[in-house]
Amino acid sequence: MAETVKLMQGNEACTMGALAAGLEFFAGYPITPSTEIAEMCAEELPKFGGRFIQMEDEIGSISACIGASLTGRKSMTATSGPGFSLMQESIGYACLCEIPVVIVNVQRMGPSTGMPTSPAQQDLMQARWGTHGDHSLIALAPGNVRECYELTFKAFELSEKYRVPVIVLTDEVIGHMREKVVLPDPRSYSIPRRAMPDSPAGYKPYAADPDGGVPLMAPFGQGYRWHCTGLFHDESGAPSGKATVGNTLLRRLDRKIGKNTEALADYYAENMEDCEVAVVSFGSSAMAALSAVRRARKQGLKAGMLRLKTMWPFPDKTVGDLLGRARTVIVPEMNLGQLALEIERVVHCDTEVVKLGKVNGELFHPDEVFNVLKEAF
Amino acid sequence: MAEILDYFRKERLPHIWCQGCGHGTVTSALVLDFDTLHTAHGRAIAFATGVKHAKPKLKVIVMTGDGDCAAIGGNHFIHAARRNIDITTIVMNNSTYGMTSGQYSPTTPHGMLGTTAPYGNVEFDFDLCELAKAAGATYVARATSFHVTLLQDLIEKALMNKGFSVVEALTQCPTYFGRKNKIGGPVELLNWIKDRTVNVKAAAALPPEKIQGKMLIGELHKVERPEYTATYAEMTTKIQRTFNDYKGGNRGCELNSD
Ligand code: SF4
Repeated sequence: MAETVKLMQGNEACTMGALAAGLEFFAGYPITPSTEIAEMCAEELPKFGGRFIQMEDEIGSISACIGASLTGRKSMTATSGPGFSLMQESIGYACLCEIPVVIVNVQRMGPSTGMPTSPAQQDLMQARWGTHGDHSLIALAPGNVRECYELTFKAFELSEKYRVPVIVLTDEVIGHMREKVVLPDPRSYSIPRRAMPDSPAGYKPYAADPDGGVPLMAPFGQGYRWHCTGLFHDESGAPSGKATVGNTLLRRLDRKIGKNTEALADYYAENMEDCEVAVVSFGSSAMAALSAVRRARKQGLKAGMLRLKTMWPFPDKTVGDLLGRARTVIVPEMNLGQLALEIERVVHCDTEVVKLGKVNGELFHPDEVFNVLKEAF
Repeated sequence: MAEILDYFRKERLPHIWCQGCGHGTVTSALVLDFDTLHTAHGRAIAFATGVKHAKPKLKVIVMTGDGDCAAIGGNHFIHAARRNIDITTIVMNNSTYGMTSGQYSPTTPHGMLGTTAPYGNVEFDFDLCELAKAAGATYVARATSFHVTLLQDLIEKALMNKGFSVVEALTQCPTYFGRKNKIGGPVELLNWIKDRTVNVKAAAALPPEKIQGKMLIGELHKVERPEYTATYAEMTTKIQRTFNDYKGGNRGCELNSD
């Protein structure tokens, strides 16, 4: 089997990426614009020994995924804004209990039922801070259909490696857009697998280096007989109300992701070396942004493009360094300035940050970005 | 005996409940040394659905309470019953939220007191067994922490049923429910529970006025119906493909191998 070339939409590419990574379990609840992912999983998974279930709501969906992941199965769910909000409770559970799970959020306009189902990028902050309590997780944002495949695959690698929920933040435009995708030969890569203990003897489910170590995860039902709890727990997994136990646990979880922040940074940069005005964006907004930047360059304007793929943990240093030369940074995004907040945080204090938010349910036109870009020179 | 002890988390005994709490009677299973999963409040059955569906060979037991199962997790409860997924659910129903100090729950009888029902419960309570039955559970039974032998027997039968099984255990919360309603201590409360129940077999021979307002205990419902994970597995055998049929991705599914 060699490479396969297929025309597919973003949602399909996410599913293909997940299947390529060895997806074994999908639980979901219907919500536009993500439904194609569930439909495809319902069709494909049982053919290869996997399991699909349509749950009674999104709370149940993420919960079932966590249960399945505990048995050692790679699990995924897909949803959109309203469903993503309902999942927050158990996303926190997965963060604390360190259960690998992948969540695709095909963003749509909110809050509430909003403008179904126009594209949006309004869940950037929800992806990071949606669940209560201090926690760390990973969120990746594909900028085209091919990246839906690649980043969903990568989401599994990271989720299994760090034992953390990974969110794939797409949007209605990317989810439904069709592009040609070259699928790699299945023999050319290895399937992500989580590290497992060798034997139940002396197994401590949460024993790990306090400086961000990742404990070994034993699958349920293989004689390890361990206890998984959403209460703070010590190395043995037993619940504990001790100040030192909670403190050590939360700090380890924070470091687990935090210390790898720059290593996790993934982005696309073009003409950033000498740019005076930079455009920073993600997802489908970045498509219009890139074409505006290229047009500006043709006119001799020193514009640069930075498209982020890793949204969380936010790559402070990487982004700060890349934007170091720009005097102005324009941030087009389909929300009222969520990414811009992070950009403001990491650039020099004398760099001007222009918030270019759009919340009318329409995609950016390259002209909109270009006009702002031109004004900045 | 040594074998049984092997399955207890001895360091976790005795249990964490108040003295005289009915949960202690029922929860020997909570200290059982299996793989155990303490989920977010209300989500136990949804987590269990994932465990069972992903690894059907596992025996899955859910320990839940009236608030967990009938209020915040009510949706998961009825849908698991509808699917008839092979999970044994033991509901410890003490008619109150004991942990949060005695608020009324979906199973607090009308008129009784709770910290959020200071003038008597305005709402009416669920009959959890009727609910489970109507939703599609294939084994439904009820006992109390007074009728311990019966309870053990029913749990055993529920575990043998291949499908969604519900055993409701009426238990006492002397600390809040008993005190608030001035019923007395654990013993009085246990008697109060006992007096509210009548065995389903005995009830058959009693005139209607004798069973008016009483809760039936014993085996209340048992039917055969296809179980969810088995039906799903059957479907997969009809559409099985091999690795080479898969266009464009490696597959790591090992589900069929166990
Ligand atoms: S508060 Fe009530 S239900 Fe909770 S442990 Fe005490 S007696 Fe039992």
